Amino acid sequence: MTARYPLRTRILHWLTAVLIFSTLLIGFVMVNSIGSYASLRAIHMTLGVLILAIVVLRAANRLTHRAPKLPDTVGWVEHKLVVGSELTLYALMLAQPLIGWAMVSASGRPVVIFGSLQLPRIAPFNADLFFILRQAHSVLAYALVVVIAAHVSAVLLHTLTLRDGMLSRMTFTKPRERAQNARNSRRVGVQTRTSPTGVWAHAEKEARRG
Amino acid sequence: MLLGLGAVGAFLAVDFGAVAYANKWIGPQAELTRQTFIDGFRRVYGLHPGFRRNHAKGVAVTGRFDSSGNGSELSRAAVFGPGHSSVTGRFSLSGGDPFMADTAAAARGLGLAFAFPDGTQWRTAMLNLPVFPDNSPQGFYDRLLASKTVPATGKPDPAAMSAFLTAHPETAAAMAVIKQHAPTRGFADSTFSSLTTFYLVNDAGRHTPVRWSFVPLQAALPAPPGSDNALFDALIRQIRGVPLQWRLMLTVGEPGDPVLDATLPWPSDRRTIDAGTLTLTGVKTERRGNARDINFDPLVLPDGIEPSDDPLLSARSAVYAASYRARTGEPKFPSAVQVDEVAQ
Repeated sequence: MTARYPLRTRILHWLTAVLIFSTLLIGFVMVNSIGSYASLRAIHMTLGVLILAIVVLRAANRLTHRAPKLPDTVGWVEHKLVVGSELTLYALMLAQPLIGWAMVSASGRPVVIFGSLQLPRIAPFNADLFFILRQAHSVLAYALVVVIAAHVSAVLLHTLTLRDGMLSRMTFTKPRERAQNARNSRRVGVQTRTSPTGVWAHAEKEARRG
Repeated sequence: MLLGLGAVGAFLAVDFGAVAYANKWIGPQAELTRQTFIDGFRRVYGLHPGFRRNHAKGVAVTGRFDSSGNGSELSRAAVFGPGHSSVTGRFSLSGGDPFMADTAAAARGLGLAFAFPDGTQWRTAMLNLPVFPDNSPQGFYDRLLASKTVPATGKPDPAAMSAFLTAHPETAAAMAVIKQHAPTRGFADSTFSSLTTFYLVNDAGRHTPVRWSFVPLQAALPAPPGSDNALFDALIRQIRGVPLQWRLMLTVGEPGDPVLDATLPWPSDRRTIDAGTLTLTGVKTERRGNARDINFDPLVLPDGIEPSDDPLLSARSAVYAASYRARTGEPKFPSAVQVDEVAQ
């Protein structure tokens, strides 16, 4: 049976997922919007600070437990990729709202969220610094899109192609479905246990067979 | 296998599709974006790296605002309470050419940032006009393009301008009001107005629609003839000798007064409140760290001042942000207005 993350970790994961997806989309929309720019900007900044708070909490929580064992389909190379992508995601999730906050500070504007809550400035008023942070904010936004896309694709490939129950480590499904997933996981586990790079080796095997 | 690849393909299509759509790389392109405005200014005025896309020519000023305390009847904003706030500001001329010769035909701008850079700051960008020429972002954009000067005549194409005015009767009406208020001699004797309506909110939470104006308390020195910077030079000379003052008048709207359309004047008998006195004592060439680097976004408002739903407010905020982002990343060139070069 596939082990899962503790409930609090799963809740934090999906909460961040929804918030980050919304905040990225609002960010992309607002910079092209004339009529809704001001209101979207206010929502975007509020969500950004909310994400920062949740990610700090999440990072602290992540240190309280080890990750549940990965399915056997994950070889050692892929294991390194999994660890690296998790670290990258945490780094991006922490850096992006901090850069946004610093960038508003550097432009000399007050940093206001939830309509009227005033945050302290975390960067000096400096237009050159503003520009660097502003560019970085866009670069990290696209980096988040790419890393999240890779993250979701890898989990979907594992779950639907290798049927190894990868996704169930993070879901809230009921025990019976979990047992089903676990059976699938065992079956696939046997099939690819010797494979060095998990999903990719399996994909190659499938390709050769097909 | 196929199910997995299909699901991943579908997910990536939706994910990247949503990102591309949100970025307007795909989908309908008809809508105005802030880039449309940035491109429009470039088309009409050329590219002037490092300068604001509009109101490109200007000079930085500093001073203080002494509140009378009268404004606190309508607003709980700290700036209207007893006491004073520091002020940093910028006088400017409308248009995207930072090296234009001063002309009475250009609208004069005054941007002010009260209590900059504190959390309670209030920014306002005002004009020496009685009403604003446009009541929609599209109207502003169309007027911008119609006002492009024809090199042969040095004036806008009359056919384009008349076609624009036919399509925008609100601007034609506003122009008629503006024509009745000839510009004064200089910056120092100009009245600078918000034009747009805002709401003041007091301790009881009552929202009052207001428009504000800074009314000059002095005459202006005559502009020296033969200078391309005649208006700025006169301002600089005058402010060096004696502080310049304006009275902040809050005009209180009544039910039925237009709050979404700054092309429409309010009746002249509306109640006004003298909220205090602006005193400008310093004038500096635009440079790093002074008003040059401030975006006078009209939506930087303290608690106690709220925006109306006038569509130009969000549009200005968006386009100013695009202009700020563009110019902060460009190489800088000296301003045409050099305070130290103006004779005493």
